[in-house]
Amino acid sequence: MTEWSFTLPDIGEGIAEAELSDWRVKPGDVVREDDILCEVTTDKAVVEIPASASGRITWIAGPAGDMLAIGAELVRIEVDGSAPPPEPAVAEMATAPTAAPKPRGASVSGQARLVARGGDGRPLAAPSVRGRAREEGVDLRQLRGSGPAGRILQADLDAFLSGAATAPDRARQRTGTEEIKVVGIRRRIAEKMTLSKARIPHFSIIEEIDVEALEALRERLNRTQGAEQGKLTLLPFVLRALVRALAAHPAINATFDDEAGIVTRHRALHCGIATQTDAGLMVPVLRHTEALDLWQTARAIRELAEASRAQKAAPADLSGSTLTVTSLGPLGAVATTPIINHPEVAIVGINKIAVRPVWDGGTFVPRRMMNLSCSFDHRVVDGWAAATFVARLKELLEVPTLIFMEGGVDE
Amino acid sequence: MNEVTCTLLVIGGGPGGYVCAARAGRMGVDTVLVEAATLGGTCLNVGCIPSKALIHAAGAFHTARRQSGSGLHGVIVTEPTLDYGATRHWMGGVVDRLVSGVGGLLQRAGVRVITGRARFVDGKTLRVEGPEGDILVRAEAVVIATGSRAAAVPGLPFGGRVIDSTGALAMTQPPARLAVVGAGYIGLELGTAFAKLGSAVTLVEAAPSVLPQYDERLTRPVQRRLNDLGITLKLDARVEGWDEVKGALRIAGAEGPEELAVDRVLVTVGRVPMVDGLGLEELGLRQAGRFIAVDDGCRTSMRGVYAIGDVTEGPMLAHRAMAQGQVVADIVAGRSAGWDKVCVPAVCFTDPEILCVGLLPDAVPEADRLVSESSFRASGRALTLDDTEGFVRIVARKSDHVLLGIQAVGPGVAELASGYALALENGLLLEDVAATIHAHPTLSEGFQEAAMAATDMVNHC
Repeated sequence: MTEWSFTLPDIGEGIAEAELSDWRVKPGDVVREDDILCEVTTDKAVVEIPASASGRITWIAGPAGDMLAIGAELVRIEVDGSAPPPEPAVAEMATAPTAAPKPRGASVSGQARLVARGGDGRPLAAPSVRGRAREEGVDLRQLRGSGPAGRILQADLDAFLSGAATAPDRARQRTGTEEIKVVGIRRRIAEKMTLSKARIPHFSIIEEIDVEALEALRERLNRTQGAEQGKLTLLPFVLRALVRALAAHPAINATFDDEAGIVTRHRALHCGIATQTDAGLMVPVLRHTEALDLWQTARAIRELAEASRAQKAAPADLSGSTLTVTSLGPLGAVATTPIINHPEVAIVGINKIAVRPVWDGGTFVPRRMMNLSCSFDHRVVDGWAAATFVARLKELLEVPTLIFMEGGVDE
Repeated sequence: MNEVTCTLLVIGGGPGGYVCAARAGRMGVDTVLVEAATLGGTCLNVGCIPSKALIHAAGAFHTARRQSGSGLHGVIVTEPTLDYGATRHWMGGVVDRLVSGVGGLLQRAGVRVITGRARFVDGKTLRVEGPEGDILVRAEAVVIATGSRAAAVPGLPFGGRVIDSTGALAMTQPPARLAVVGAGYIGLELGTAFAKLGSAVTLVEAAPSVLPQYDERLTRPVQRRLNDLGITLKLDARVEGWDEVKGALRIAGAEGPEELAVDRVLVTVGRVPMVDGLGLEELGLRQAGRFIAVDDGCRTSMRGVYAIGDVTEGPMLAHRAMAQGQVVADIVAGRSAGWDKVCVPAVCFTDPEILCVGLLPDAVPEADRLVSESSFRASGRALTLDDTEGFVRIVARKSDHVLLGIQAVGPGVAELASGYALALENGLLLEDVAATIHAHPTLSEGFQEAAMAATDMVNHC
């Protein structure tokens, strides 16, 4: 068995990077040559990338939504035998005929796949089609043309208009309701949330983190050690940073018994990790997070998440947390207002990473940015304390070396 | 003061304004058009039309002169003479016929034409100062279509022997010695025409080439023809001063300072929007540089006020103004309309002519650019015209073969504009053009040949 690596082919149009818009495969899948691996979106077109070899997918570049540079590694495929890898896929528009045979590649399969653009970036369509679309109030960018090079034809507009007219959920009144009994985990979630939100006067702080350095480190570690240690997500780094930050902010790693009027500060960090399962939200607890290294943290998170999703988590794994972290991964929104896991006094929310323009003092530069949305119990944590804690977290995540420095100022 | 109320008021009777007003009128919109001078604007009166008539007459005279002596293609004429008065009379006749045509067009469309100068009182009211006193016009929608005027060169104000293109067309005789400042298309067109009529012409251009907005390949045939005609080119040269009494134009060029003894200085360094005296400052319309900013419906930043033509940003061409005029007329009449053009063809009536439709090669990223040319040297038609200088060039996207731009330089290529614009506006591919029969023998074949060269193989190579 040989593992081949395939890069994102040049899909033309002079672009430097593309967005991975949809994966059709995941690691472990067996693909045949020409099966579609994924769909990538440039600012001009949606292009399907086919597999250049048959085999089993062992690795994919990143989640949908990630930007990938042309020429960057896209997938690895494990194939039989030890033949040399085929030529990298070359983007080829199905409708651009040529006398010479072209290498097989990212064909825009069949028709009506390409969002065609003219020289000015607008949809490719004849003036009569554009005029009629304007009259009908149709934005031609919604259509995929079936003409040569994806040109939008009158027939495409006909099809779009008739489809829009008969779409079942369009402009038709519906009646009827459905009642769903709230039981089991759902009921426990409901009770817990009511308790948290009714008792705790929340306030939230949203801070912006430049994660370029952190992502570079993560990518490097995954490249060099991912194969043997398992792939690192962002979460273990956040947990390591939390351990460091909490050393100087013990008031955050605490529980508040509001009936007894006692705040208990914990030396250990038993970190709750909000996890979405089929049954609903679960919060498995990573005990003694402070005693783990990065790889151990990653492994422990993975095991806990898998156990929860399989609903095999032991009751002890689902209670006793001192601080909770919540993350929706690629769905993580710009900002959230997380609800504190009672009786804790804080919760750390991780929002998604996005490339944003950042003013560096002279110009705007594209940086991978991520927001942290943290909520605090204002009865026992003041705004100033919360803000300094968040600022420390920001510092650690932006300069990740600080996370791993021995004998830091916090300890 | 008399008051007039209407639905649509168009300020300016040039190609943008009269098309807008006539179209709106025919759709039943109560329309008034205000024109300060003569209907037809710059284009009909002192621009496109008379200059093309002059170029045609100059070409005829030039051909006749080449036919004198030992003759041309076996055609031998005696020494031709020029009756420039008759030439101008003919030019005037062409202009008059078109101007009266515009008047008839507006009349049939039910448009009321008011002569006078309009000034905004507010966004819906204009005061028109005319020969019969002031009129207050109230309108629901107002279109600013006042066009442009020639830009002056600092230190070389218009007046006396320093003239703009309007002044050049009004001369009663071709000047013996003519300096043309600015080798854009207007300067080249008029400079070439006067050279053919017998003037000693010197072209002064600050850029290192003529028609600096185009690439050197495209302008080389024109530059060569300028040399053949004996036109002196002063490139990389700046105007330093002008002595009206001596008739001396001081320039500083590559060869140092120089003094040109000339009878007339024609300044053609571009045109600027003409909005002076309109009272626009009261409206505070959003500007785009010197132009009035408009959206794709030609709407300005004030509701109900539109702007079209040379006062808006874009190529200062009559056909662009006309297309904008149509958009505004349709919007005012309640139809859906918007500016969604892929291309605005641009023609230089130089010798040979230059035609540019869509993107020039430089405007397309090199990685996805496919450029294909077909030279007129191999064209049967060009040989029979005894004019093989030039080529057709296609710029397409390499990845999907969509045509992005088409340029041509050669005899009479202006007439090819329609086919090129159709191809771009309809999003055709190289293969579409290659598979379309182009009549033989015509210069239009070059388009098909260039498309074939890019996709398959040429028929003639």
